[in-house]
Amino acid sequence: MQPTDIRDPEYFHKVVDCQWACPAHTPVPEYIRLIAARRYADAYMVNWQSNVFPGILGRTCDRPCEPACRRGRVEDAPVAICRLKRVAADYKGDIRARLPLPAAQHNGKTIALVGAGPASLTVARDLAPLGYRCVVFDGDSRGGGMIRSQIPHFRLPESVIDEEVGYIVDLGIEMRLGQRIDSLKSLLADGFDAVFIGSGAPRGRDLPLPGRQEAGENIHIGIDWLSSVSFGHIEKIGKRVIVLGGGNTAMDCCRSARRLGGEDVKVIVRSGFEEMKASPWEKEDALGEDIPILNWMVPKEFTHADGRLTGVVFETVQAERDANGRRRLVPTGEPDQHILCDDVLVAVGQENAFPWIERDAGLEFDRWDMPVVDQVTMGSTHPNVFFGGDAAFGPKNIIWAVAHGHQAAISIDKLCRGEDVRDRPPPMVTLASQKMGIHEWSYDNDITLDRRVAVPHTAKALALADITVEVELGYDDRLAFKEAERCLNCDVQTVFTDKLCIECDACVDICPVDCINFTANGDEAELRGRLMAPAANPTQALYVSGALKTARVMVKDEDVCLHCGLCAERCPTGAWDMQRFLYDMAQPGQHACHKR
Amino acid sequence: MTYLPKPKLHHPGLQHNALGFTRRDYEGAISTLCAGCGHDSISAAIVRACFELDLPPHRIAKLSGIGCSSKTPTYFLGASHGFNSVHGRMPSVLTGANLANRDLIYLGVSGDGDSASIGIGQFAHAMRRGVNMVYIVENNGVYGLTKGQFSATSDKGATSKRGVVNSDEAIDMVGMALQLGATFVARSFSGDKGQLVPLIEAALRHEGAAFIDCISPCVAFNNHEGSTKSYDFVREHNEAVNYLDLIEGRPPITVDYAPGTVEVVQQHDGTWLRLRKLADDYDVHDRVAAMDHLQRRHAEGEIVTGLLYVDPDPRDLHHHMNTIATPLNALDDAALIPGAAALEKLNAGLR
Repeated sequence: MQPTDIRDPEYFHKVVDCQWACPAHTPVPEYIRLIAARRYADAYMVNWQSNVFPGILGRTCDRPCEPACRRGRVEDAPVAICRLKRVAADYKGDIRARLPLPAAQHNGKTIALVGAGPASLTVARDLAPLGYRCVVFDGDSRGGGMIRSQIPHFRLPESVIDEEVGYIVDLGIEMRLGQRIDSLKSLLADGFDAVFIGSGAPRGRDLPLPGRQEAGENIHIGIDWLSSVSFGHIEKIGKRVIVLGGGNTAMDCCRSARRLGGEDVKVIVRSGFEEMKASPWEKEDALGEDIPILNWMVPKEFTHADGRLTGVVFETVQAERDANGRRRLVPTGEPDQHILCDDVLVAVGQENAFPWIERDAGLEFDRWDMPVVDQVTMGSTHPNVFFGGDAAFGPKNIIWAVAHGHQAAISIDKLCRGEDVRDRPPPMVTLASQKMGIHEWSYDNDITLDRRVAVPHTAKALALADITVEVELGYDDRLAFKEAERCLNCDVQTVFTDKLCIECDACVDICPVDCINFTANGDEAELRGRLMAPAANPTQALYVSGALKTARVMVKDEDVCLHCGLCAERCPTGAWDMQRFLYDMAQPGQHACHKR
Repeated sequence: MTYLPKPKLHHPGLQHNALGFTRRDYEGAISTLCAGCGHDSISAAIVRACFELDLPPHRIAKLSGIGCSSKTPTYFLGASHGFNSVHGRMPSVLTGANLANRDLIYLGVSGDGDSASIGIGQFAHAMRRGVNMVYIVENNGVYGLTKGQFSATSDKGATSKRGVVNSDEAIDMVGMALQLGATFVARSFSGDKGQLVPLIEAALRHEGAAFIDCISPCVAFNNHEGSTKSYDFVREHNEAVNYLDLIEGRPPITVDYAPGTVEVVQQHDGTWLRLRKLADDYDVHDRVAAMDHLQRRHAEGEIVTGLLYVDPDPRDLHHHMNTIATPLNALDDAALIPGAAALEKLNAGLR
């Protein structure tokens, strides 16, 4: 193998699994260290800079970082990254003085943002301090988009939404709430310099089964129903409720129903339990509230009598693979089941809908009738129109919306400056030794063996009695410290200088996870097989040095490195050093050379 | 060195041996030796050898004297018996322990100061008596704990870190072990675990006096130009006569090797040593030729490593003394205190 080029910022970025997995590339270990130091406001600002909604995401994020967390590969469970983010938000105090000020001067450019959800608000936050006039349109009466309308208050209190949406609005954003855009053409004609579309995926999928019309009174589309609950239009539901669907919306529906009078609430899913789209922790929370999840049942018909819903008929199925290896659900032949209920919530997916974009507005639509959007620039085929969030590539989640928003903001800034939007700014990267003394590092390299700390919950009876009572109480500062200490500091990188190495084996002997080897070079597949601990995880890189004095090379498997720094402590020549790698995504108005 | 203990977390694919232990279970406390010390590599090699041989840690006794090397038993086999003796007296303490309980596996760890100076008499007599043990000398050629004075194994003409030339002749411990009748004699290098680990394994399986001289660079005081025990010097002048594999259970396969390049030796306990020969005219069974070869190569400035001599059918101290097979602590009172009549009979036999 060729020697690893550690000057490529993406090499060490990939080693920081959590940050790499995060769509917004939040520097996770950096803020977890700040939490451990009880510098909550600093930790909050690291988050705010990167993901804009730390308090909201600390409660609701899909947390792609956690399955990626290296800790999960060396013991049972990853670090509770998401809930630590919430700690930063809960204990930060007043950080308003740290936020950017509204721009002193308008730069002459005006941006229209369609939808007041996380994607649009991210674009507005990035651009407003630079002098852009940002005008946000939304049909709802309050800002936040799906954050406000679809996430139940027992998971996310309104006060948190108000606060974090408020930080952005206070940058001088013009909020035109209650003003739904019904024509892109007329919006473009209004003379905006750019239009950002962050209107979400607002159409919940329906189930056009027999009985749907007749029993329609008691059959509700999940996201619409959640929205009505959120805005206080619905306060009750029947005693027996069936929720159809296996995603996170279904989990929010069933748990909301439990709080609005549903006593016998069931979730019924076509697929198996493991295949459900809902996050494992959301399924756990639903089960914990006495909501059974029934699998392998496909709804066939809504039954009704006298114009009222009486139940749903299900066919039992099982998964089979056809000749092409595709998975299909086939009936088992068991008799259909008729499950009685008073209400049905349909949460079987949602879709983008752009009835308000004229097909001759200058945007290309694909064969699924969705606008063509560039994955990098977030631009449509119209030079002035950009997309982000669920509106761009279909339903994802808040953190993807934020990531899209940042990229769209860069594109819009470039467009308005007359630059090429395809020319993307590089990330800002620093790599600096953390050595403080012979055995001292600037980070805590003593690896704790503590297991993941559970987040305290409100007593179930209290939580189920009131839909506005937040279920999770969050960590207190003692639990937060304990959990923060579990972080392995994967951003403190093991940097190897081959010229200094005397091949004494000290690092090999001390490494607790056997990831360091001195061996003859070879091609990657062959090398992976003959290391001291075979490197069986191909998604993790091998760090290969140049040739050493004995003509061997140093090969380090990054997979389960604990970043404990013992290799560097044991190295007599300083060939190993622990260097903190900070990777900040570029944002508009920042230039890499400014920060060194 | 480091202040932190090695984290208990380990590689998810860490192997278990026949006893259900992992290699990590054979480790000891965290080393307090200098970073990069060759001794730590030897400790790691001992850990690996004991793990691979499925040795029950509680059946091993590790004994040492005084010095950097003699500190190391703390850093491996944390669940074994240990005895840190007076300077240079490890061999006699070990001999006594062995006589009292021959069922344990004895591992003596010493250094060039402990064995070639203050304890040279002890070393010599343990070898000539054939005490069943592995005797490892962690040989760095200097007194590391007292800031790097030449030791008795330092080569004549070698220079100290400050440039002083050593004018004394070096003691060759391998040569002495051969002459004094050790039945397993090897030399290796801490920087070459591929050679060292199987040598330790073979020595642990050898039922007689097994001696390993392991050159172990002192990074703090003896790893400079002019040293003959530095990483660079040893790598440049290492003349390995063989590499070996220890194989248990059934005879090793040798067909993969060119004729004349591999030799199989069966030890008394049934294990097989497969020697991959690098010097084809070298005979590991010829003690006199071994001594000759060592001297000749030494005169050329080369360091001969590998398994240098092995007697596949050794006799140990217990055999010479015709002692009882049962450890003394397992004998009952009747056997241990035979009574006045037995004493009378014994005395009568001596009149």
